[in-house]
Amino acid sequence: MTNEELKAYLQTWDDKLEFIEPVPDDTSLITVLDDLSGTWLNVEVPLSHLKGFMRQLHADKETAFDYLFNMTGMDWGKELGVIYHLESKRHGHILVVRARTADRENPVFPTMEDIWNTAHLHEREIFDLLGIRFEGHSNLKRIFLTPDFKGYPLRKDYEDDYMILRK
Amino acid sequence: MNMLSINIFQNWLNHTHGIWYVLVLAGIAALYLGFFAVAGLMLVYLERRVAGYFQLRLGPNRVGPWGLLQTIADALKLVSKEIFMPKFADKLLYKIGYYIVIVSSLVALAVIPFSRQIQALDINVGIFFVSAVSSVGVLGILFGAWGSRNKYSLIGAMRSGLQMISYELSAGFAIIAVVLMAGTLKMTGIVEAQKDTWFLFQGHLPAIVAFVIFIIAGTAESNRVPFDLVEAEAELGAGFHTEYSGMGFAYFFLAEFINMFIISALAVTLFLGGWLAPFGITDGLPAQWLWGMVWFFVKVLAVIFLLMWFRWTFPRLRIDQLLTLEWKYLLPIGLVNTVIMAFIVWKDWLIHI
Amino acid sequence: MDTTQVISTDQLRSQEYFLNMGPQHPATHGVLRLILKMDGEIVKDIEPDLGYVHRGIEKMVEFETYRQLIHVTDRLDYLSSHMNNEAVALAIEKALEIEVSDRIKVIRTMMDELTRLASHLLWWGVMGMDIGALTTFMYAFRDREMINEIMEQTTGARLTMSYNIPGGVMFDLHPEFPERVKKLIKHMRKVLPEYDRLLTGNIIFKKRMEGVGYLSPEDAVNYGATGPVARGSGVKSDIRKRAPYSAYDRVNFNEVLEQGGDNLARYNVRMKEMYESLNILEQLVDNIPEGPYQMPTRTLIKLPKGEFYQRVETARGELGVFIVSDGKKNPYRVKFRSPGFSNLNALLKVGKGWKIADLVAIMSTFDFVIPDLDR
Repeated sequence: MTNEELKAYLQTWDDKLEFIEPVPDDTSLITVLDDLSGTWLNVEVPLSHLKGFMRQLHADKETAFDYLFNMTGMDWGKELGVIYHLESKRHGHILVVRARTADRENPVFPTMEDIWNTAHLHEREIFDLLGIRFEGHSNLKRIFLTPDFKGYPLRKDYEDDYMILRK
Repeated sequence: MNMLSINIFQNWLNHTHGIWYVLVLAGIAALYLGFFAVAGLMLVYLERRVAGYFQLRLGPNRVGPWGLLQTIADALKLVSKEIFMPKFADKLLYKIGYYIVIVSSLVALAVIPFSRQIQALDINVGIFFVSAVSSVGVLGILFGAWGSRNKYSLIGAMRSGLQMISYELSAGFAIIAVVLMAGTLKMTGIVEAQKDTWFLFQGHLPAIVAFVIFIIAGTAESNRVPFDLVEAEAELGAGFHTEYSGMGFAYFFLAEFINMFIISALAVTLFLGGWLAPFGITDGLPAQWLWGMVWFFVKVLAVIFLLMWFRWTFPRLRIDQLLTLEWKYLLPIGLVNTVIMAFIVWKDWLIHI
Repeated sequence: MDTTQVISTDQLRSQEYFLNMGPQHPATHGVLRLILKMDGEIVKDIEPDLGYVHRGIEKMVEFETYRQLIHVTDRLDYLSSHMNNEAVALAIEKALEIEVSDRIKVIRTMMDELTRLASHLLWWGVMGMDIGALTTFMYAFRDREMINEIMEQTTGARLTMSYNIPGGVMFDLHPEFPERVKKLIKHMRKVLPEYDRLLTGNIIFKKRMEGVGYLSPEDAVNYGATGPVARGSGVKSDIRKRAPYSAYDRVNFNEVLEQGGDNLARYNVRMKEMYESLNILEQLVDNIPEGPYQMPTRTLIKLPKGEFYQRVETARGELGVFIVSDGKKNPYRVKFRSPGFSNLNALLKVGKGWKIADLVAIMSTFDFVIPDLDR
């Protein structure tokens, strides 16, 4: 499906979805391009609707997103979030889903492990480096850093005078 | 020295007692120890050279002429290593492990006939003796691994125990096939019975099958590829000798090479005519004891080369595939082969050239 | 204890124990620690413990400029270093909307395929060593020497090339490059069937590989496996076909798919991919177009605001580079979607229930390079 069809289809599911238009804007980060096939459709989902939306994306036959090829944890300065890149092997379209939370003390996201098992290790990595907890994950532990490490290095406000010399 | 003087020596040995007797026996034992050490060194060097040629590179060729002193340099290095013991290791078992493998190899070496006159022990159950004693080597491996208190070593030793016990059976059936043709268990008797033709050709089909089974079982007995999962480096670190360093490791290493030598010597004695010259080429020459030894070593080196060729070509089997091979394939074939051989010997359908 | 009492067999248990396939292990191809829960020889559960080579690359590049960023990517999966560089270079070029000349595209593709060939040769050599055929290692490195020397003549480095830069390549091709590549192709076409015969027909090898480590196609997609791992299960996952970059749209090559899903299928995929690489090299080596080898770019590169994603096909699978830029000279966030990390996920599923020896064989066909996992 093309981006317009996908957008129209997804809008019938939920009207609270925010579709980010590829228009330059001072305050938002936008997607400009992808690998030679045009823009990828970006969608921002409120956190409370995320799990249901993802489940529907996976189960629905028209969209059939069965391949989660990237999960990126992001720190947007004030908010933390996750960006999911989904692809459908059957239809060939790509969707980028993002969700954010303003809670920096105790950010909690729903886990995608039961839908796409790729998320098992990716979520451990995001927890390790950014501190986002994933509810329902089978083994949420630090993966790269030692278990007694304090802090979450990828956050923008992470201070370490010994290891980080440049500012 | 000719045959007469060796006879005189043997007669004197059989009738002397007292201090001279003990000294001469000690001298012979020292000679065998010396042979053990030199053979071990030479075999290690040969293995590295042969490996080099299979892998399109030169082997060691710097230390000494053509690199012959390489293993001595290695031995010096091993001697200078720190001898340690893991803290929770069982002291007695850890230390006994490598002695047992060496002793069992040495004792098996005693009955190998190098030539008609050169043999330490010529007992009338020679083959049976060798088979029994080489099984004792397994105990050394198990002791060493259990004493090391290391999971990897233990896995390796368990695999080794299974492997050795299983393949003893197949080797035994191959040996029985030969004993049927020879009619005696005595080593010299077996070689003498091959005076006109080697057993490999005498027994035609069953002998060839027995030879193949013996080579396969022999490779498994000496823990070489494709049956070397006991010490599979890629999987277990170093298997049962992980926790050994310096001379302890060197003993295990040497014992493996001497085992290979013993298996080859057995194969040569049983199937390829022992010390006998093919077609009696050198039978008229003086110093027969020397010519016997020369032929014996040429044949043994040929079989050793075959075993080394296996090592550098094949991947290794998994433990359950190894046991399947033994119990489901080699053992039934060995049994049937023995029956066929018995039938052929009874009907005297052997080939004599 | 009353010795006359009969003990029923359900009172006799064997105990599960933990075996540490530790960071220093000959078979893990790097510092990977796997904690195996074993029952006898059978692996019941695998838990990875990564981080021994974690260098914090994603945090580190937030303080580096875009030109410096490329040279860091060499060290991710060092056996496909050229493709890592290319991913970032392509992302930056598309962000700045620079159109590279044909010569640059062809050079990049040829270097890609040479790197892929070298990586697969090393995989073959090490895999042989893992399962016990020790000679394959020597043969593979002898051939890899030829490729390393070709690389060294043009780029100056044998392993981590750092040859791609935003806007082109760093140096022009050495004049001897086409002949040496032709000689290499002739040599490889002669020896690859020999290597095939050494292992592929051998019954011991077949018993170690056939039927071991089955990964179904649905699982491959769900667990995120890419590259030869997924193609061995019949899943089409070649980025070179799906979204062609550089000169891949003008060469004829097949995407190698096998339906077996076991070790032997993954092995066959990589062996055939070596032949495909030779085909691509052959098609390109005689037709290298003339043109500039570097397009004019600014010295200090600043990407416009936005998010840029580039996918390339490395020897291990799909590498994704995700650059988030806020207009400054340092990137805001860079994420490397490494193929090995997701393949490790598939290993956790595939490895259960096999013996240690099988686990070693499965890991060798998955072909991990640990700096790729750890970043």
